[in-house]
Amino acid sequence: MNPRITLATAGRVLRQLRADHRTVALIVVVPCVLLGLLAWVYADAPGGVFDRIGPALLGVFPFVVMFLVTSIATLRERTSGTLERLLTSPMGKGDLMLGYALAFGVVAVLQAVVATAFAVLVAGLDIAGPLWLLVVIALVDAVLGTALGLLASGFARTEFQAVQFMPAFVLPQFLLCGLILPRDALPGPLEAVSDVLPLSYAVDAMQDVGARADPLGDVLPSLGVIAVWIVVALVLGSLTLRRRTP
Amino acid sequence: MSSPATSDAVVVDHLRVLRGGREVLPDLDLRVPAGQVVGLLGPSGGGKSTLMRAVVGVQVTDGGSVTVLGEPAGSPVLRHRVGYLTQAPSVYGDLTVRDNVRYFGRVLGRTGAEADAAIEAVALADHAGTRVDRLSGGQRSRASLACVLVGDPEVLVLDEPTVGLDPVLRRDLWDVFRGLAARGRTVLVSSHVMDEAVRCDRLVLLRAGRVLSDSTLPDLLDRTGAEDAEHAFLALVDEADSREPS
Repeated sequence: MNPRITLATAGRVLRQLRADHRTVALIVVVPCVLLGLLAWVYADAPGGVFDRIGPALLGVFPFVVMFLVTSIATLRERTSGTLERLLTSPMGKGDLMLGYALAFGVVAVLQAVVATAFAVLVAGLDIAGPLWLLVVIALVDAVLGTALGLLASGFARTEFQAVQFMPAFVLPQFLLCGLILPRDALPGPLEAVSDVLPLSYAVDAMQDVGARADPLGDVLPSLGVIAVWIVVALVLGSLTLRRRTP
Repeated sequence: MSSPATSDAVVVDHLRVLRGGREVLPDLDLRVPAGQVVGLLGPSGGGKSTLMRAVVGVQVTDGGSVTVLGEPAGSPVLRHRVGYLTQAPSVYGDLTVRDNVRYFGRVLGRTGAEADAAIEAVALADHAGTRVDRLSGGQRSRASLACVLVGDPEVLVLDEPTVGLDPVLRRDLWDVFRGLAARGRTVLVSSHVMDEAVRCDRLVLLRAGRVLSDSTLPDLLDRTGAEDAEHAFLALVDEADSREPS
């Protein structure tokens, strides 16, 4: 691992994204549109449903978007031959993965700041905890999405397959993360599964910030679980980067 | 010849490679003297690319050994010292030529000025600010070549660098290769254009995974009585076929 190579890679990924205005616009605007839509859906509903679901979605967006972007970008590296070229260079596998995580982390912060501002200022989301903590959690979620995306792309041969991994990796976590039904109300085996999945902790952390004025004590353990997942996914993902191929 | 060979930059010893159950290289021996331009000629499907991949160390092999600069091919210490140009251009289509070369340069610890010099060497200075996916096929492969040259490696493994180029550009690139050898670099370059043989110090004719001939061009012409490399190659094929009738 080498900081110069890691930073060069992060810079290169950001430069590629910058050249693709439409993708950047979609990453930033789509969460706002969805949050606005959700606020509107629950506009006349009693019980502050939006205040419960809104923060959770702020945690789901960066995860889903970065998962998709990363798995496609990595697959492109594989099919274009640039990955093989990089792996014959002094670049370490860690440099490549950390470079991607850094670059998409920057994008995630941008996305989180815009989406949080929109949710609070325009959609009227009521957040009890500190807003900066929302951005931190969004960043960690984005890195989680990047790490799992890197791992998933190792199993995809085509871009069609890579896109299909999104529902396969993400939707089960979404169904079990406590948004549809509180996790303690799930059937026993499903609750046990949701206790292991990382998105559950992302949503928990976001909801803690939404509901409590001083949530740090509850948020940090959740972030710890997500961090473990990130490390495991990056280690497994690095195994899919082979320097020698048949 | 520009510089006398003091040692062998590449030593291939009883190399055996299977791809998809097929024996691409049954049992190959080859020495590439340091400081020379060695041309790897022969029909496509003859094992040229597989041999080159083995020299770079990205090919899974099934026997024998490949030693580059005294180290096993693909060793970490060689990643600074060996440059590899894949047959299909492996550059980022959504970045400019300059951004591509600077990125691969930075990975190898090279400066922006060295990147600009590499772009100059492949005659792409006028297109340095153009996105690679807007270039013609020949320009794209030259951009890919610049990403190898920027590292100034001691051994260059170039898989068909002049394919699809006009005669003037081909001559200019061969001048670049000759210049590299004059500075003591070793260049292993493949081609299926036989008239490029005259620019090589040594010629290796490869057919069906076997070395038909490994000599200088004058020696080859002497031995076969042919007037150019193409006819010499045909003579050798006929000779080999008559010796082992199938």
